[in-house]
Amino acid sequence: MPLSNRHLLGMQNVPKEDIQLILDTANTFKEILERPIKRVPTLQGKTIVNLFYENSTRTRISFELAEKRLSADAINFSVSTSSVSKGESLKDTVKNIEAMKVDMIVIRHSVAGTPYMLTKLCDANIINAGDGIHEHPTQALLDLYTIREKKGSFENLKVCIVGDIAHSRVALSNIFALKTMGAKVSVCGPSTMIPKFIEELGVEVIYNIDEAIQENDVLNVLRIQLERKAREYFPSIREYVKYFGINSQRLEKNKKDILILHPGPINRGVELSSDVADGPYQVILQQVTNGVAIRMAVLYLLGTLN
Amino acid sequence: MNIKAKLADKETIDRILVRMAHEILEKNKGSKNLVLIGMRTRGEYLAKRLREKIKQIEGIELPLGVLDVTLYRDDFRTRIKQPQVSVSNITFDINDKDVILVDDVLYTGRTVRSALNAIMEFGRPSSIQLCILVDRGHRELPIRADYVGKNIPTAYKEEIKLKVEEIDGEDAIYLIENENK
Amino acid sequence: MKYLFKNTTIINPEQQLSLKDFDILISDGLIIKIGQNLEYDNSNTKVIELKGKILVPGFLDMHVHLREPGREDEETIETGSRAAANGGFTAVACMPNTEPSIDSAEVIELIKNKSKSFIVDVYPVAAATIERKGEFLSPMLELKEAGAVAFSDDGVAIKTASILKRAMEYSKMIDLPIIEHCEDESLSNGSMNEGINSTLFGLLPLPSVSEDIIVMRDILMAQYTGARVHIAHISSANAVKLVREAKKKGIKVTAEVTPHHFTLTDDLLKTYDTNLKMNPPLRTHQDVQEILEGLKDGTIDCIASDHAPHSIEEKELEFDYAPNGVVGLETSVGIALSELFHKKVLSIEEIIMKYSINPRKILNIPIPSFAEGSKAEFTILDLNEVWTVDKEKFLSKSKNTPFDKRLLTGKPLGIFNKGKLFLNGEII
Repeated sequence: MPLSNRHLLGMQNVPKEDIQLILDTANTFKEILERPIKRVPTLQGKTIVNLFYENSTRTRISFELAEKRLSADAINFSVSTSSVSKGESLKDTVKNIEAMKVDMIVIRHSVAGTPYMLTKLCDANIINAGDGIHEHPTQALLDLYTIREKKGSFENLKVCIVGDIAHSRVALSNIFALKTMGAKVSVCGPSTMIPKFIEELGVEVIYNIDEAIQENDVLNVLRIQLERKAREYFPSIREYVKYFGINSQRLEKNKKDILILHPGPINRGVELSSDVADGPYQVILQQVTNGVAIRMAVLYLLGTLN
Repeated sequence: MNIKAKLADKETIDRILVRMAHEILEKNKGSKNLVLIGMRTRGEYLAKRLREKIKQIEGIELPLGVLDVTLYRDDFRTRIKQPQVSVSNITFDINDKDVILVDDVLYTGRTVRSALNAIMEFGRPSSIQLCILVDRGHRELPIRADYVGKNIPTAYKEEIKLKVEEIDGEDAIYLIENENK
Repeated sequence: MKYLFKNTTIINPEQQLSLKDFDILISDGLIIKIGQNLEYDNSNTKVIELKGKILVPGFLDMHVHLREPGREDEETIETGSRAAANGGFTAVACMPNTEPSIDSAEVIELIKNKSKSFIVDVYPVAAATIERKGEFLSPMLELKEAGAVAFSDDGVAIKTASILKRAMEYSKMIDLPIIEHCEDESLSNGSMNEGINSTLFGLLPLPSVSEDIIVMRDILMAQYTGARVHIAHISSANAVKLVREAKKKGIKVTAEVTPHHFTLTDDLLKTYDTNLKMNPPLRTHQDVQEILEGLKDGTIDCIASDHAPHSIEEKELEFDYAPNGVVGLETSVGIALSELFHKKVLSIEEIIMKYSINPRKILNIPIPSFAEGSKAEFTILDLNEVWTVDKEKFLSKSKNTPFDKRLLTGKPLGIFNKGKLFLNGEII
């Protein structure tokens, strides 16, 4: 069965079968990544543009590697947000790229809904690599893949997403995908960082980090933005670390067998203490490896759709 | 799909495999440098049987790997159905080995072409030899088998179907008429 | 030039008038005679057969942005007037957020002069504070003398309670209302209504409480000063309830609503269509229900379009970058007839009150009447014509409508004003 949609814009409304297919397909690519020559000719002749309106070296490199390992022609197109107001409009940029006959566009943009707009502007397959505070579907898929590797299945698995839920595209994509796969999802963070109506998504809200550790099998810990703007949502880093930071004493006190994910880059000493970030519970670097396999799977499944 | 004829049964297939095992050993002067790679799905089972036959003759169990060539195919743009990929499993070093590539039916040669590409990405074997149970003709690429179990010239509309006990519940080769073609 | 409108229905709730199959004869812009089977002189009278159509006192849209002076690429007084005529309006009140803003008698005179030759009357709303900055009062007395009909810092609320208090106290002298865009600036860094949908669509939220806080502040200040306040484009259920309670207490507060706020909800934003981006934003089904209730019980006095033309380039931007606002002059009446009249929310008399009588009462503008010797100023409606909105046919310079391709029942056919007839898209 092929995927039910020719774009990957978000995890909302992606059916279970599609998620399953992407995760299973990623197994194949993970095997390829273990080989001496980490390359297959599958997308030979396909052109993929990585259109990044927001700086994200990690995500871009991960996509670029995935594209190259599938033998696609990968082109990076970075537009700094500061030049947007003076420069070319999104529509003109996309029309230009399309005129160069590209097959797929991977887009990262700070404004929600921009990947959706792209599907109306051109015929290429569109992959959302993060749009504003909306969705980041490949991150959620690689998180799920990593969880499945360690935990086997999602049925009755309890996963808590910790941090700034309201301003996180990773949180929303994870919530949708995990719920679809049958996991029990909760969120934990200061109440100013929890969207007002989040319970309507069938998500439990926890304000106490010890409770979140006790009651869950997996913690997906988000990066806390330290810029001034984000700081309007909590009193101080000191207070955040004290009441929501995860350190080994806290893990020891509450429960031992817990899996900790983090999409990176980590603020060491803020959301995770250094001993936890390097400790036995975390799978942060596996997530990075799995990210390439997952992105290869998505590119393969979309790129070979007729 | 109609079955037109049963071309071989369990005993016949077994005899063919014994013969091919001998041919392989003869040509390579023993089993010292050999490894087996079976192509998913039925080539894998044939390779396992060949390994058994060679073990009976030489007393040595050869390394055996499985190859999935989906990602190396050249027909993504023309196929209607998206093929499902699965994992290749080659856990040994193939550098400087004599690789026996095993598959059930040799037809256009395109799958073998994909397999050759795929194997090259695991390393640089000293040779690759192709071992095929049935050669049905209609080649589209300059490819030939080193070991052939049975030559069965077929019409374009016909198809050769190998059944193996592990999946299909019996060992047999059938000639099938495919009306969709 | 003489005009004879034959076999028409004439309705004016203000005069308690409802005539069926009457003729109306007009000469030099004045109503000469109203009666049945009127005789006329064939040689110099234009006869218009209006069987099954209705004449109502000219509609007035009390909240439009004509963009002149400043953004003539988006709209001008001329194109805005043509759009108004095409939408069935004989008059509009234009908002002061132009460049420069309408905070001096000179700008008012410019608008008055420019609009003189067009069929539609343009009534300027002047800024309440200089440059709408919320620092110093505008010269309200002079502005009124030049022709201002109200004061507003529309686009934003009057900045502080203290300048609001002075604006109300001062405007009370001349009995002109303060029109308020109700939004608490400190809560307004989002781009859609706060709710489950803002979470689902990943857009930063604009909470409805931002509107409610300023509505409450303005009501309390109107009560305290005794001045009149008019709530522009009301959109939240709570704001409607606050206005309802205030009216019961006798506080001088009135309110208007836009067609998009009584028709559309924030569910639609899943398409990220920037023609659904406006401020106040589209809200929830519950808000729409309360607004309909408010229209029925009279809490909401008027329907105004908040006609906000924007260029195509600006609206084609990413959602967060696109400007707020939609055009509305040419769809307002059709939407109201479809959604309110045909769905039995309001009677035709109530529709006329909200489009014609109430706005003029709020702005102290004389109400047109159907009486021999009166100035002829009316709108011609067909309540039953079924038509499809086509933005390409708009006479406005801008096309940013959320209603394109919508099927409507009931259409404004034209207007008569200043001695001229505008019918089916052109002056006749």
